[in-house]
Amino acid sequence: MSENISFEKVTTQYYDVLKELGNIGAGNATTALAQMLQTKVDMKVPQVRLLDFKDVGEVMGGEEQIVVGIYLAVEGDITGSIMFILEQCAGKALVSKLMGTPPSEGDFSEIEISAMKEIGNIITGAYLNSLAQMTNLKMLPSVPDLNIDMLNAILSVPAIEFGIMGDQILLIQTVFTDEVDLNGYFILMPDLESYSKMLGALGLPI
Amino acid sequence: MANIVKVGMADLNVCKSPDGITTLGLGSCVGICIRDPIAKVGGLAHAMLPDSTQIENNSNRAKFADTGIDDLVKKLIAMGGKKARFEAKIAGGAQMFAFQNKSDMVRVGERNVEASKKKLKELGIPLKAQDTGLNYGRTIIFYPETGDLVIRSAGKPEKTI
Repeated sequence: MSENISFEKVTTQYYDVLKELGNIGAGNATTALAQMLQTKVDMKVPQVRLLDFKDVGEVMGGEEQIVVGIYLAVEGDITGSIMFILEQCAGKALVSKLMGTPPSEGDFSEIEISAMKEIGNIITGAYLNSLAQMTNLKMLPSVPDLNIDMLNAILSVPAIEFGIMGDQILLIQTVFTDEVDLNGYFILMPDLESYSKMLGALGLPI
Repeated sequence: MANIVKVGMADLNVCKSPDGITTLGLGSCVGICIRDPIAKVGGLAHAMLPDSTQIENNSNRAKFADTGIDDLVKKLIAMGGKKARFEAKIAGGAQMFAFQNKSDMVRVGERNVEASKKKLKELGIPLKAQDTGLNYGRTIIFYPETGDLVIRSAGKPEKTI
């Protein structure tokens, strides 16, 4: 099936479908976050942005801004990967809430990193779950890997994956509102073959 | 006051001394800096992928190490640089996450570095220094005047190669 898809067709449809899936996934992730923190968490309507590589850093608050990046591989009927990026201060706020301690200064400690991984795991897991339910396809996330570094360095990983297909990257910006606004970004990267499976499962023409 | 020219992801540009040229937050991408020490012109390419011949959609030449370096060399020659005098430094090519285990992504940072070195060798441009690999991001600033390549990383002291 995947062999029959022309590249041009894939790129336009690809973004439309990811956009829709992204919206729904982000809603589910918000619910999971609220349950974990046992508090009410609101979500603003996610902004879906299709950006040229060279503009990505500026839109997200500066190329050198320190962010937390959580990256998981996806196996099952759908293969690919998913990344969740959170501003460092937002990450700290969530960790302190989860651990019931005041937000710490400076670098993340070992225990904060493992709490952050858990948060990433739950948010991305909820995200994938909603996609799996909608498409009736199996999606199994790997153990998450986490890195804290400059935004562009973290983003280079999904950008390279998008770079194989085109010159733009699709970001789903989700603002969680607890007491403060927490900016997070989801980036979905299904493999090309998985894309046609997803389209098919959603009853869209391929 | 010298200007610093900024180069984005999958992009390239050139400058003339005393200006410098920078790219922010290199991760698995590689930054290739080339200068002519006599003409005092220099440039920087921020390449994301090693090889344009393996990708169907390869119209953005700056995205690839091979075609990016070709175009950078052409631009520098157009500015009065002489290829025989060119020298290069490279940085980046980190592995940001432990498992980038998909076929296209396996060791992409490392492959970007290898492809850049291979291309420079083909063109006969000597590689003067490199700061590549490991698992962290790098902001780099290159000065064609001195050939200094300044490298900044989060939580690490600044260094010059």
